[in-house]
Amino acid sequence: MRGLAAIGLFVALLAAGAAQAVTPDEMLKDPALEARARALSGELRCMVCQNQSIDDSEAPLAKDLRLLVRERLTQGDSDRQVLDFLVARYGNFVLLRPPVEWQTLLLWGLPPLALVAGLIGLVMAARRRPTFAAEPPVLSGDEQKKLAALAKAGE
Amino acid sequence: MIPELGHYALVLALALGLIQSVVPVIGARGHDAALMRLGTSTALMQFFFVALSFLALTISYVTSDFSVASAFENSHSMMPLIYKITSVWGNHEGSMLLWVLILSLFGALVAAFGGNLPATLKANVLAVQSWIASAFYLFILLTSNPFLRLPQAPAEGRDLNPILQDIGLAIHPPLLYLGYVGFSIAFSFAIAALIEGRIDAAWARWVRPWTLAAWTFLTVGIAMGSYWAYYTLGWGGFWFWDPVENASLMPWLAGTALLHSAVVMEKRNALKVWTILLAILAFSLSLIGTFLVRSGVLTSVHAFASDPTRGVFILIILVGFIGGGLTLFAWRASTLKQGGLFAPVSREGALVFNNLFLTTACLTVFVGTLYPLALESLAGEKISVGAPFFNLTFGPLFLVLMALMPFGPLLAWKRGNILGVAQRLMAAYAVGIVALAVAFAVEGTQSVLAPFGVGLAFYVMAGAVVDLTERTGLFRMPLGIVAKRAAGLPRSTWGTAVAHFGIAVTLLGIIGAGTWGTERIVALKPSQTVSLSDYDLTFDGMIARSGPNYSEQVARFTVKSGGATIGVMQPSKRNFIARDTSTNEAALMTRGAGQLYLSLGDTNPDGSIAIRLYYKPLVMLIWLGAIIMMVGGALSLSDRRLRVGAPKPANKSAIKPTLQPAE
Repeated sequence: MRGLAAIGLFVALLAAGAAQAVTPDEMLKDPALEARARALSGELRCMVCQNQSIDDSEAPLAKDLRLLVRERLTQGDSDRQVLDFLVARYGNFVLLRPPVEWQTLLLWGLPPLALVAGLIGLVMAARRRPTFAAEPPVLSGDEQKKLAALAKAGE
Repeated sequence: MIPELGHYALVLALALGLIQSVVPVIGARGHDAALMRLGTSTALMQFFFVALSFLALTISYVTSDFSVASAFENSHSMMPLIYKITSVWGNHEGSMLLWVLILSLFGALVAAFGGNLPATLKANVLAVQSWIASAFYLFILLTSNPFLRLPQAPAEGRDLNPILQDIGLAIHPPLLYLGYVGFSIAFSFAIAALIEGRIDAAWARWVRPWTLAAWTFLTVGIAMGSYWAYYTLGWGGFWFWDPVENASLMPWLAGTALLHSAVVMEKRNALKVWTILLAILAFSLSLIGTFLVRSGVLTSVHAFASDPTRGVFILIILVGFIGGGLTLFAWRASTLKQGGLFAPVSREGALVFNNLFLTTACLTVFVGTLYPLALESLAGEKISVGAPFFNLTFGPLFLVLMALMPFGPLLAWKRGNILGVAQRLMAAYAVGIVALAVAFAVEGTQSVLAPFGVGLAFYVMAGAVVDLTERTGLFRMPLGIVAKRAAGLPRSTWGTAVAHFGIAVTLLGIIGAGTWGTERIVALKPSQTVSLSDYDLTFDGMIARSGPNYSEQVARFTVKSGGATIGVMQPSKRNFIARDTSTNEAALMTRGAGQLYLSLGDTNPDGSIAIRLYYKPLVMLIWLGAIIMMVGGALSLSDRRLRVGAPKPANKSAIKPTLQPAE
C-alpha cells in the first residue's frame, strides 16, 4: 500500500500493514542463522516496493526473497555468497547499499570529497590571513578621510 | 456557490500577488514611499483571500459537498469531524492550498510586524515573497484546482485513505509546512539583500528569528512525522531514509547550518556571503522537496514522464527560483563587504566547522536521494540507495559533529583557547566515560559501538550543562550570585544549551531502540502466553468492534511484569467500509522511556494469530529530544536581543510575541 508517499506529506507511511513482513512460519529454527537472515534482509530491496527492504515489506516478492535468502543460508552459503547470488539474479538494484563502481563513484565520493575540500579551503583561508586582531583593522581611504573630518570637527 | 467563492478568492490573491511582485520593487528603486507601502497592504490582503479560499474548501469538506471533486475523492460523510477537516490537506490539491496559506501567512506577518525594517528592504522582501506566492497560486489554479466541480454530484464520497485517518494528519503536515515554508522568509530576505547589494548585522538580526521559528517548527514537524510512521507502520521503525523523509531532512540540515552562520553574522558581521548562500539553499531544498514529492518522480521516473504537467510546472518554479537566486548570488555576492576577522580557533571557527559538517551531511542526503533518479534518467541504470548507505555515510559525519559540539559554545569569540575549553569539559568526559562503562556493564558487548554512542550522548548532555554552569558560575560562586548570573544570561544562551542537550537525548533514543530492542514473532492461540524482556503477554481472545466508518477485530492481551498485571494491550485490524481497505493498529504501552509495541499479523486456519511483539528501550527519547530542541528554539526566540528597540504597540506583542521580527 502506498500511503503518504503518494500523497506527499513528507513522511514515509509506505507500508501500513507491514506487520506481516516476517511471518512466524518463515523463521529458521537456528537463531544464529535467523539473525543472519534478518541482517541480510535489511540490506536487500524489495524490488516492487518503493525504497523498502525485504525485511519490512509485505509484498509477495519480498516473502519469496526472504525464503530464498533463508534457503541459501541453510545450504551453507556465506553472507557474501547470498548477496552475490541475488545480484547475479536481479542486478545491483537489489542492494540497498550500492557497490562502489564507476557508476556510483560520485555517490560514494562526493560527500567525503566535499568534506576534504571544505577542510582544505578553511585551512587555506586561515593561512591567507594569519594576522588578525593583533593589528587594528586598516581603514579605507574614504574612512580615513571621514575620520580626519571627524577629528577636525572635534577640535 | 461556496467552492466558486473559494476559487475566486484564490484568483484575487493571485492578482494581488502579481501587483505585490512588481510595485514595491519599483517603489524601492525610486524611493517612492507610497509604492513601497503598497506591499504591506497587499500582503495582508493576500493572506485574507487565501485564508478565505482555504475556509471555503474546508466548508466543502465539512459539509460533505461531493460535487467538489477533491472532496468526493478524499472525504466521506460518516467520517468524524476532525478527519473531515484534516482530509482537506490529505490530498495533493488541498495540501498545496495549505502550502500557499502558510506562505501568505508568513508574508502577512512580515507586513504586520516588519514596521521597523528599512522601507526599501521591507518592500523588496515582500516583493520576493510575492514572486514565490504568485508562482504557487498559478500552479494551483492551472494544474491542481481543489475547487473543481463534478458535473453530477455523487451521493457519497470515496473516503480518506484509511492510513491518513489519524490524528497525525492534523499535527504533522501543518507543522512541517510551517517549517518548510518558513524558510521562504530567509530566502526573500537574502534575495532582497542581494538586490540592494547591502547587508549587515542588523539584517542577520531580522532574519534570525524567522529562521529560528521555521527551524523549530520543522524540527517538531519531522519528529511528529517520525512518531506517526512509527506507530502506524506496525514494526516500530522510526526513520526509513525514504526520499520523502529526506526531502524534509535536507532543509532541516541546511536550516540548522543557516541558524548557526547567522549567529556569526549577527555577532561578528562575518560570513555574510556564506549566510546569504545558505538562506537561498535552505529554501531551495524545500522547493526541491516539494518537487520530489509532488511530481511523482519518486514513484518512478516513467510515471513522471507519462503525466508531467504538474511535475514540469514545479520544475519550472524550481529552476526559476533556485537558478535565479543562485545567479543573482553569483552576480551580486562580491558587492557584499566582508566583515570581522577571526582566528581559526574561535567561536566563529567552531561555527564554520559546524557549517562544514552540516552542509556535507546535507550533501550526502542530497546525493543519496537524487543519485538513483539521475542515474536512471541519464544512463538507464537502476540502483537502490537505502538505509544501509545513509547509516554508513551520514552517521559518522553526524557523530563527529556531535563529538565536537560541546566545544563550540565554550570557545571565546575572535580567538579561543582550545586547551582551556578541553580542560573545562573534564566533567563532561567523566560523565561520558561513566555512561560508557555502565552501558557496557548492563548490556554487555553484543554491540560494541552502542555503548560508545551512549557515552557520546551523555558527554554532549553534560557538555551542555557545563556550558551553563561555567556561565552562571555554579559550584564556584555563592548561590546568590549564581542565581543573578543565571537570570542575566541571554535566553539564546539557554536556548543553545537546551537544544544541544535535546539532540543528545535523541541520539540516546536512537541507540537504545536501534540496538537493544528485542522482538518476538510468533503465532498465538487464545490463552497462550508470550514472554519478552520482563514482560509476559497472555492472548485473551478476539473481540469485534465497530467505529464510525470502520469495523475492527481487536485482539486483547493482558500484560504482566514480575507476576503482577500492569495493563491490557489491544492491537487491532480495521476494515474501512468505503474503500474496503484495512489497516493495522498497533498497541503501544509506554514503560519509562521505553515502549512495548504489539501488532497483529495474519490469522491462521488453526485459530492462532501471528503477532509481532517488540520491546524498544529508550525509544521515547527520540521524540522527547526533538521536543527539547523545540523548547531550545523557543527560548532562543524569546531572547530580548531579538526584540529590543521594537516600536511596537503593546497589544500586538501580546498576540504573537515569538514571531516578532527582530528589531
